[in-house]
Amino acid sequence: MNRLLSRKAFKAFFKLHEACCLTSTQYFLKPPRVLVNKAQYISEDRPEFPGSKSEFVHKLKFLWPEKMEGIPVYRVMNRKGEIVDPSEDPGLSKETVIKMYKDMTMLNTMDRILYESQRQGRISFYMTNFGEEGTHIGSAAALNPKDLIFGQYREAGVLMWRGFTLDQFMNQCYGSSEDLGKGRQMPVHYGSKDLHFVTISSPLATQMPQASGAAYGFKRAQNGLCVVCYFGEGAASEGDAHAALNFAATLECPVIFFCRNNGYAISTPTRDQYRGDGIASRGFGYGMVTARVDGNDIFAVYKVTKAAREICIQENRPVLIEAMTYRIGHHSTSDDSSAYRSVDEVSHWNKEDTPIARLRLYMINKGWWNDDAEKEWKRDSKKKVMEAFANAEGRKKPNPEMMFTDVYKEIPKHIQKQMDQMKQHVHAYKDHYPLDSYQKMG
Amino acid sequence: MAALKGLITKGSLQKLVFSNVRKEFKTRIFARCSHFTYVPDTPKANHGETTRMNLFQSINSAMDNALEQDPTAVLFGEDVAFGGVFRCSIGLKDKYGKDRVFNTPLSEQGIVAFGIGLAVVGATAIAEIQFADYIFPAYDQIVNEAAKFRYRTGNLFDCGKLTIRAPCGAVGHGAMYHSQSVEAQFAHTAGLKVVIPRGPIQAKGLLLSCIWDENPCIFLEPKILYRSAIEEVPIHKYTIPLSQAEVILEGKDVTLVGYGTQVHVLREVANMAQERLNVSCEVIDLRTILPYDFETIANSVVKTGRLVISHEAPVTMGFATEIATAVQEECFLNLEAPIQRVCGYDIPFPHVFEPFCLPDKYRVFEAVKKVINF
Repeated sequence: MNRLLSRKAFKAFFKLHEACCLTSTQYFLKPPRVLVNKAQYISEDRPEFPGSKSEFVHKLKFLWPEKMEGIPVYRVMNRKGEIVDPSEDPGLSKETVIKMYKDMTMLNTMDRILYESQRQGRISFYMTNFGEEGTHIGSAAALNPKDLIFGQYREAGVLMWRGFTLDQFMNQCYGSSEDLGKGRQMPVHYGSKDLHFVTISSPLATQMPQASGAAYGFKRAQNGLCVVCYFGEGAASEGDAHAALNFAATLECPVIFFCRNNGYAISTPTRDQYRGDGIASRGFGYGMVTARVDGNDIFAVYKVTKAAREICIQENRPVLIEAMTYRIGHHSTSDDSSAYRSVDEVSHWNKEDTPIARLRLYMINKGWWNDDAEKEWKRDSKKKVMEAFANAEGRKKPNPEMMFTDVYKEIPKHIQKQMDQMKQHVHAYKDHYPLDSYQKMG
Repeated sequence: MAALKGLITKGSLQKLVFSNVRKEFKTRIFARCSHFTYVPDTPKANHGETTRMNLFQSINSAMDNALEQDPTAVLFGEDVAFGGVFRCSIGLKDKYGKDRVFNTPLSEQGIVAFGIGLAVVGATAIAEIQFADYIFPAYDQIVNEAAKFRYRTGNLFDCGKLTIRAPCGAVGHGAMYHSQSVEAQFAHTAGLKVVIPRGPIQAKGLLLSCIWDENPCIFLEPKILYRSAIEEVPIHKYTIPLSQAEVILEGKDVTLVGYGTQVHVLREVANMAQERLNVSCEVIDLRTILPYDFETIANSVVKTGRLVISHEAPVTMGFATEIATAVQEECFLNLEAPIQRVCGYDIPFPHVFEPFCLPDKYRVFEAVKKVINF
């Protein structure tokens, strides 16, 4: 049965991505003719080395990456919000499309307010998602809400789609007593067990091989779910990225590696990050099914993620998706990107190609949205964000004793002693500690 | 909601009328934006002309001198080309060219190993790791390769021309991945030198010593000082010897030992002890963590009979543990009170709890009272 299903899933995927993706099998068994001259002298023997499968040639030819054609970018909807090939239209309901739009724009509004609040010292740090909203919402919408997410740090939209509330976002950024992470991490390090989103960790790419392991666990549990790992094109340079992709491929893990290629790792442009054809080209090297997609086209992101998920689940194998997009915001509030890229470049993308504007055009074309609806939604969404913001700002921080819990499952004696010493000390010097801003210690 | 509208349209939260919240917030956060008072050093007269520099500028000046003097010297790491996220390499790519000051792909193990390779073929390699918290992917390269290169090759090869720079320490809001003090992780590895400066003058002299030292060095820069520590720094090259601690304040009753930012906390404690307890503290800046200057500490303890050691890193297996052990081995009969360690707790560095977890002046002051009243 699996076999049949798997073929079906594969066919669907190939149909979808005929134009934009290669599979590892295609890549290895049928090397592009430009690269290897199908020589006159192909021997009848075939190489029998355990490490490769191909054929002998008797003329030396190097593979020159410059001579390879770039991997195409799958797109459903153009910049005018028109579906290019009607057969590729995902046919999402008005309700779903409007939720997609509202989540993207709500994320946008939240970003603007939290960014500003950091500039004023109200929160310590923030990272916006400007320009990448389509990759978040498009992929999240295509998943089973129970698929486990391992994110990098710029995927707040995935949580928003799944129902993380504005209060939850704000409480995390303020490290308030209601923060699910107990005030321990910097802003934007969200996580939610209920929403199957593993809490963000700052070090880059560390989540990637973990995602492979989690996917292997899911496969053994036969729970019909997959794991989704988001990462940036910069993080893909870390050693962990290599381990992740190679483990996932060799151990046949149902995991989607979703690369947000937004052009910059802080200041470092892709030219300094890699010299191959993006991150997608690496998929073949690992023997992974791979696709590249226009990350600013939410429908294309949706379709590729949905198809990738089918392959993951039906075939028990990983899929690599490279979503091409552009980071319109600064890396974080600690960064001023005008020091390394032109304001014109940023405003070009902001004006010409954002996932939000594109979806809005689609909705307007469909008669699902208009200026009045836009105005009303903008007003409502800002009001909601501001309310959550004010509530979080007014809340106290957690009880300082909570810095000692969860280091281990139980509190070891030496840490218990340190907690007691801290309480005693702070009590003795209470005028010198900001106790009023925190919940009372026991 | 008129106020809310103002916020959005003008891009400013000032319009927001949450005055009570704001007032409370300011008390809450800004009351403790810095846990120490910085006291600038004065430059040595024989180091010549000086100019006003903060810590990142003095590090920039040291690297400028190093690149100028040695044509093999190169400087690299993540985002180094545009000046680095802390601006330490600003202007150096334009001055020395993009083949000498350059971005690397985002891989700490790559950065360190690349530096080892450069050093093995005789080039001076200055590698930047963006945060000390992110140095661990390179741990294998540092501990198993850089530290052992000379030893395992029978001195046929070495990577002594490698210096690894990384910002470290608490900064007020860095939480567990932008605040760590990692010196003890490397102090446990023979073959490395580990150095932490307390300010701009020290940083320049010590960094140049590391760059020119013939052993691989890890130079940890307290990031909270990058902008807040300002001194008159000599513009020309000079060195400050490694493995030599400095007595920065002489005293007779209690010895206080620290390094980096914590030196400034200790200096303040010395003042508090003098004013409130009439106790005279001797403050020592260790400067080099490995190989460290035991003699300066021992001489002081012999004089005072009391020792308090303080660092931000967690107390268990922190460097204070090493110093305390060595002092009780060598100076047992000189001690008037048990040696005190005032350090970070054995927890990951937490975000909103920073005011409660730092070894601040009140905690160190308590330790001084304890050794005096023992």
